[in-house]
Amino acid sequence: MSLSLAEWAVLGALASGLLGLAADRYPVPVKFVCFTLLGLSGLGAVLGGGDALLHAVTAVQTLPLGLPWLHWHLRVDPLSGFFLVVIGIVTVAVSLYGPGYVREYEHGRQSTAALYLFTGLFVAAMQLVVIADDAFAFLVAWELMSLSSYFLVAYQHQHAANRRAAFLYLLMAEVGALAILLAFGVLAAFGGGFSFEAMRGAALTPVWASVAFALALFGFGMKAGLAPLHIWLPQAHPAAPSHISALMSGVMLKVAIYGLIRFVFDLLGGPRWDWGLVLLLAGSASALLGVLYALMQHDLKRLLAYHSVENVGIICMGLGLAMIFAGTGHPRLAVLGLVAALYHTLNHALFKGLLFLGAGAVLQRSHEGDLERMGGLIRRMPVTALFFLIGCISISALPPFNGFVSEWLTFQAALQAPALHSGVLRALIPVTAAVLALTGALAAACFVKVYGVAFLGRARSRHVRHAREVDLGMRAGQGLLAALCLVFGVLPTFTVQALEPIAHQLLGRGLPSASVQGWLWLTPVSPQTASYAAPLVLAGMFLFGGVMFALLNARRRTRAVRRTVPWTCGFGPLDARMQYTSTAFTHPIRRIFRPVWEVHEEVEETRDPAQPLRLTGLRYQLHIEDRSWRTLYEPLGRWVTAAARRVGKIQTGSVRTYLAYSLFTLLVLLWLVT
Amino acid sequence: MSWALALMQTALFVAGAPLLAGWIKRVKCRLQNRRAPPVTQPYRDLVRLFRKELLLPEESSWLFRAAPYVIFGAMVLAAAVVPLVALRLPTAEIADVIVLVGFFALARFFQALAGMDIGTAFGGMGASREMTIASLAEPALLMAVFTLAMSAGTTDLSVAIERILGSGLVIRPSFVFAFFGLLLVAIAETGRIPVDNPATHLELTMIHEAMVLEYSGRHLALIEWASQIKFMIYAVLITNIFLPWGIAMGFGAGALALGAAAVTVKLAALAALLAVSETLLAKMRLFSVPQFLGFAYLLCLLGMLSHVILEVGG
Repeated sequence: MSLSLAEWAVLGALASGLLGLAADRYPVPVKFVCFTLLGLSGLGAVLGGGDALLHAVTAVQTLPLGLPWLHWHLRVDPLSGFFLVVIGIVTVAVSLYGPGYVREYEHGRQSTAALYLFTGLFVAAMQLVVIADDAFAFLVAWELMSLSSYFLVAYQHQHAANRRAAFLYLLMAEVGALAILLAFGVLAAFGGGFSFEAMRGAALTPVWASVAFALALFGFGMKAGLAPLHIWLPQAHPAAPSHISALMSGVMLKVAIYGLIRFVFDLLGGPRWDWGLVLLLAGSASALLGVLYALMQHDLKRLLAYHSVENVGIICMGLGLAMIFAGTGHPRLAVLGLVAALYHTLNHALFKGLLFLGAGAVLQRSHEGDLERMGGLIRRMPVTALFFLIGCISISALPPFNGFVSEWLTFQAALQAPALHSGVLRALIPVTAAVLALTGALAAACFVKVYGVAFLGRARSRHVRHAREVDLGMRAGQGLLAALCLVFGVLPTFTVQALEPIAHQLLGRGLPSASVQGWLWLTPVSPQTASYAAPLVLAGMFLFGGVMFALLNARRRTRAVRRTVPWTCGFGPLDARMQYTSTAFTHPIRRIFRPVWEVHEEVEETRDPAQPLRLTGLRYQLHIEDRSWRTLYEPLGRWVTAAARRVGKIQTGSVRTYLAYSLFTLLVLLWLVT
Repeated sequence: MSWALALMQTALFVAGAPLLAGWIKRVKCRLQNRRAPPVTQPYRDLVRLFRKELLLPEESSWLFRAAPYVIFGAMVLAAAVVPLVALRLPTAEIADVIVLVGFFALARFFQALAGMDIGTAFGGMGASREMTIASLAEPALLMAVFTLAMSAGTTDLSVAIERILGSGLVIRPSFVFAFFGLLLVAIAETGRIPVDNPATHLELTMIHEAMVLEYSGRHLALIEWASQIKFMIYAVLITNIFLPWGIAMGFGAGALALGAAAVTVKLAALAALLAVSETLLAKMRLFSVPQFLGFAYLLCLLGMLSHVILEVGG
């Protein structure tokens, strides 16, 4: 049942894409049919995946597609079921949101047919990746996912920046895919076949296993956006239409996480602790760098993209901990790490999807993507503002929303480090936990900045001052994700129980201790070690805050509350430019962590020539660049260009030389064959 | 029975917080040769603020009005979790110490947003400074907490205190480091001298006050009260974790009375110590605060490492 539902979901998304081709002739009906099909496809993925996850179903099927000697193997098990659910939820939200959002493109220069086609293909490909059961189907789906999203990033190709971003994305996606291909190649060589079933049986030598792990980490890490392979992400996500950004950031990065989990925990035959350490350190670096770079951004979507780098880092920290514990013979703690990582995967899909949809709503209504020109949107777009606030609280890991639960579980996993024998690991793991704490605190600072500058205070530009609330469908899409952020924050015991079949599948045991005290209390290790009663926290907040509110507002006051002018130090009326901007807000942090970024700061003063002490003009310029560009990518680019130039010397342009090359190659090949 | 006791302890906590603030003020006045207000002065101030008319700034949204209730709710909930007089109360299991830090972060988040909501430079300035300092203090705080959690094998406060009590009077190097680290973090987080001065309204130096500048009437009262509760939570954490002796293990009247007396004496002593340090020190520049917190972080890290290296062994 679950597998056929998943297949129907894939077909639905494909049909939505193909029907979209008729968009130029019948724009309005096609739009609604396309998004309805997409939503049904998402619903099918949620139902099929949920069935596989909750009932621990494993179903396999072989389709007569693909190579003659290698039919496509499909398989749904709890792990792929979980990722189908993640894909499905965000797809449903996007299909609610989409019809309102694409109105902007209907009168644009591009045909919306391309948008619908590639959206359908993209969603179908992501669903196909997680149900593929052989390397061939996996890679075909993977490439389809990369290519269709490339066209979506390049959708508004009249802007040169978008074309550049799309090319960079394509380049890195292909390099990553090459690494994944090689990683599967190693497994296929030892396992004697391309099906995952054969790979599971592969008996790898430790060296080859590590090579396969390194290749997989590189390939999947590049897609997931682990630092320093994240460079495409902050460029590609702002370029794509916002509902696509929500899919890319909320879901596509998760598909890469799926690939990593499938490869390491399932196919490679059990993780080793030293790989886990590598992943833990890469994850910590990613988390910290991601949030520090995000703080310095003032383009809303780019900022959110850097936060994806951060959250992928947090997920990888959980996975790394799981691998360390699994590799040192602590399966119970490994389950804790894995559950934390999976929980954060789900949470990140929800709140990042929500935030990108909110950013899209702002972008559509005000045509502003720059925080420095926003302000006061809470009065113009109250519903979007409320949902965006929920997203901000969730991503900042504040109780009682969902982001907090998964970070809390990650902390709990890290605090079990004393169980390990190695002193180095015991000391290192709490330090990474402190890095996670720093990340969380900086993320909170960043989202105070985002929300405070964009939605609070006074409007900083004319468009923003006249922005209007978005339509019902767009609000519904955001509302769905916002409600789920609260649900998964308040009911963590059910979620952890639902994730247990995956732990059974990958690590051979569950986490029975999590709910020994009933559904109210989440006790991941034991009730004595730590407990968190999220429903009671929510109730307590309402109780104490509400009682106070009722007490203080019980007496009907005769007069309405007076509104006055805020304190301005006695100077004239306030205007929007007196407010703190995004750049000003992060100035103290920029000063403290200065070496992290490449900061170019310039102050130009112009003075009155007659009175040199009198300042007549002041110009302030600030550029902040990603250090990895200068230190990693530019040298690499130069090296590739130089190598190409050297190889290019054999291109003489004369036919005789090329004939000689052909003959020579033929001889070498003949020699090899004999 | 135990839930009623837990509620009573929370009520005691919330009601006692202004008293602690009054006590510090009194000791400080004595040390500075000033005439001291009565220790009940903070209560009078709160009552006065509750009665006063509420004024709202022009540009404020619903968030500005909701924030005081969220902040107060989060702080009371945090107070409910911390063992004040007795251990093994059921409220302690609602949240462990990491969630406690989360409550503080939630309150701070709303405080900073409320500061940004009014659209003045002061609000943004306060929010920016507060979030910067918090983002440095929070990891140091969690580091100290992790040291305790790892040596007690739990993040549950009540259980941790019980295990520390059970292990007897041993001076562990990790605890000494963590104690001093936590002390520094507490000073930064509660906005005391030398990091912030709760009494100042000078534009250049305000941190916390800049965010709440536009609050008045009952909103201001709630925020003031919440920050007194927060101060008391930190004080109780420090005293009850590092000097837990006297805290009630059972729910007998004698044990509870002893627990109440012990915590009163301990808090009074700690507050007097703070008053002395506030009298001796001057407020530091904003950009010296990172060094101060870096030192706190270093102490907490040393505590953690000395626990891992010296105390676990092997």
